[in-house]
Amino acid sequence: MKVILRIQRYNPEKDTEPYYQEFTLEAGDDKVRILDLLHEAKWKYDGTLTFRRSCAHGVCGSDGIRINGRNRLACSTLLRDVNYRKPIVIEPLPSTAIIKDLVVDMSDFYKKYEAVKPYLVNNSPPPEHERLQSNEDAEKLFESAKCILCACCTTSCPSSWSDQNYIGPAALLKAYRFAFDTRDDAGDERLDVVDTPDGAWRCHTIFNCVEACPKEINITWHISQLKKRLAQREM
Amino acid sequence: MTKHQYDVLIIGAGGAGLRAALEIPEGFSCAVLSKVFPTRSHTGAAQGGIGAALGNEEEDSWEWHMFDTVKGSDYLGDQDAIEIMTKDAIRAIIELEHMGMPFSRTPEGKIAQRRFGGHTKPENPSDPDSKRIAVKRSCYSADRTGHVMLHTLYENCIKQKVHFFSEYFVTDLIMSGDACAGVVAMDIATSEVHVFHAKAVMLATGGYGRVYRITSNAHVGTGDGFAAVYNNGLPLQDMEFVQFHPTGLWKLGILISEAARGEGGILLNNTGERFMERYAPTVKDLAPRDMVSRAILTEIREGRGIKGSDGTYYVNLDVSHLPKEIIDDKLPEITGFARTYLGVEPTKEPIPVQPTAHYAMGGIPTTPDAEVTKDKKKTIVPGLYAAGEAACVSVHGGNRLGTNSLLDLIVFGRRGGKAIARFIGETDFAPLPTDAADRTLSKIDRIRNSKGKEKPGALRLELQEKMMEKVGIFRNEKELTEMTVEMKSLRERYQNISIDDKGVVFNTDLMEALELGNLIDTAEAITHSALARQESRGAHSREDYPARDDKKWLKHTLIYKADAAPKLDYKPVSITRFQPKERKY
Repeated sequence: MKVILRIQRYNPEKDTEPYYQEFTLEAGDDKVRILDLLHEAKWKYDGTLTFRRSCAHGVCGSDGIRINGRNRLACSTLLRDVNYRKPIVIEPLPSTAIIKDLVVDMSDFYKKYEAVKPYLVNNSPPPEHERLQSNEDAEKLFESAKCILCACCTTSCPSSWSDQNYIGPAALLKAYRFAFDTRDDAGDERLDVVDTPDGAWRCHTIFNCVEACPKEINITWHISQLKKRLAQREM
Repeated sequence: MTKHQYDVLIIGAGGAGLRAALEIPEGFSCAVLSKVFPTRSHTGAAQGGIGAALGNEEEDSWEWHMFDTVKGSDYLGDQDAIEIMTKDAIRAIIELEHMGMPFSRTPEGKIAQRRFGGHTKPENPSDPDSKRIAVKRSCYSADRTGHVMLHTLYENCIKQKVHFFSEYFVTDLIMSGDACAGVVAMDIATSEVHVFHAKAVMLATGGYGRVYRITSNAHVGTGDGFAAVYNNGLPLQDMEFVQFHPTGLWKLGILISEAARGEGGILLNNTGERFMERYAPTVKDLAPRDMVSRAILTEIREGRGIKGSDGTYYVNLDVSHLPKEIIDDKLPEITGFARTYLGVEPTKEPIPVQPTAHYAMGGIPTTPDAEVTKDKKKTIVPGLYAAGEAACVSVHGGNRLGTNSLLDLIVFGRRGGKAIARFIGETDFAPLPTDAADRTLSKIDRIRNSKGKEKPGALRLELQEKMMEKVGIFRNEKELTEMTVEMKSLRERYQNISIDDKGVVFNTDLMEALELGNLIDTAEAITHSALARQESRGAHSREDYPARDDKKWLKHTLIYKADAAPKLDYKPVSITRFQPKERKY
């Protein structure tokens, strides 16, 4: 069957502003990935079409894009997940600077991720064996540890759009990942980073991040746990 | 052209590269170059676990792990190196846990372990010769072990303030006399070519899965490190040993971890028969990957496969009889893949699977300290190191056991990092040749200005399909010879490729054209090594030479690029504790 991708294009070497280009492509069935169609367009019709990708099955987080107005991964969105009877609109993640076509500048996203001290801090000398942790405590971390840093959440967040200094849902999720690790000693030092107007308190529980997350992480719930921890600290 | 100088350069930001970077002491400068942002590296796709004889779930010992690895390798693995790896495994896992890696846990709060293909223990622990049964040796974090390991290592690099050049594509090594003096790399964002001068370079560039059309590997797995070495007159080792993972999602090749079988999943043919009982009566579905992949293909060839909608065949992987908690808690990711990509509900119906190109047992020959060697006498190339899938130590020999790849990364990544730390303390910079970047610059110029008729996408697909057809799971002289002829023509046609994108900003058209060159070099090395080896061992299965031949072939292949056809040489295998025996499970 034939499907049409309506792709936002922008090449800073030639274009003054973005425009849309339509590609009519052949899809074997409705289980084709949007990434497969992007490849088809690039490999068969226009080698200048530019996007990031790597694993092609939703674990590396390279190919976050906007598909019919929703932030998703090109490799874990199939034709049957969208209305393919009409042109499928493909755009770069919103509220980020475009480098070229679907490739955006991720540096601010990474900077905010690094700001939350995304690593375990443990001040006691390491024991000879593993540090014990109950499976229950370990599983409290698993959902947040699924994050693939694709930026689908942060770039879908209205609070992020309106406040450029807001650290954003992905960084807060990472803060949760370590603040709730029973092995972590960073305590206040870690919480101070997110206990600011541009930190956890900027989250207005709009839930766009949850809707956008391709790994089905309930990010807002994790941020609310973080807020609870911050509030308890005040008391 | 920008020039940089660092004591150490690490190429690749997967498990091996990141682990090595953590070993470079303060006071020395170190940069990690990666063609993708570090957490996009392919280590993150590993699922089922990392092997170590912790004995957290049942009695285990590193000697048993060593024996399994040697036997799994079909006796081609170097036993001195395997001993180092399996002994050090226990420390290495504990270290990962201390770094913050989130593991699944036992009821006592220790690291949880599960069964995996080829990992066994003697049924009677006091009698090492008794029948071997599956053992819980794979340390895991649900089915996202590689993902959390990669993130943990990257997080520790942030903590240690390791310097990264993300989205830099390394195109060449800089050789200064006999020594390596750095690399040439292209900044993908600008297409600018940079020269990096260094005392030591580590190649941690991963594998070459994209040589094949059906692969579990990421698009970035294009054999870049192999090509860099091969094009600088250095050999590649044991390239004929290509691991096909038995359970890739049908048509797509996406990995469905052995953990599915470790947790109790079984393989079924078109009659619903659990066919692995015929091929490996003791460990059945948990036989090593080479054997299971051959079994699946044999079932299909003998008419017991299941015909799919497009006329291609698969077998079924059934986990529907497992308790829902096991599926939800221990296999969430892979059952999710089955739902997302094939629309199959694994709690109710079987998952269609087929073998998928997965792992390079061969690679850049190194010592157990990750030092690259250049001949059968193991002469060291000063300043050049390799670790992880890019390297061939060799701990995997003819066939790698599941869980040993993540282990290889952290054990030999660390050892390489330590060796580099010693080396840079006692060495000065080798002089930087003035023409270091010339080869890269002219290659880029040629591709950019070519008006040739060949397109990288189409040519790559042709290569991938021919490799599937002629250098796949079962091989024979006729098809391998045909492929050597194909390789010549593909190489010639590659000289005529042209690209659409003539710009400098984030030119992925150019990137893919350069990567295709690396795939062609890698495929050539695989094909010629496979044609020469006239026996069947591990993953290298010759229909015309079905038996293992220790007398003639218990040796490592070395292949060197040459004008007419590649040159081959061989070097001995290190055998310390276990004499080769027939390999039966």
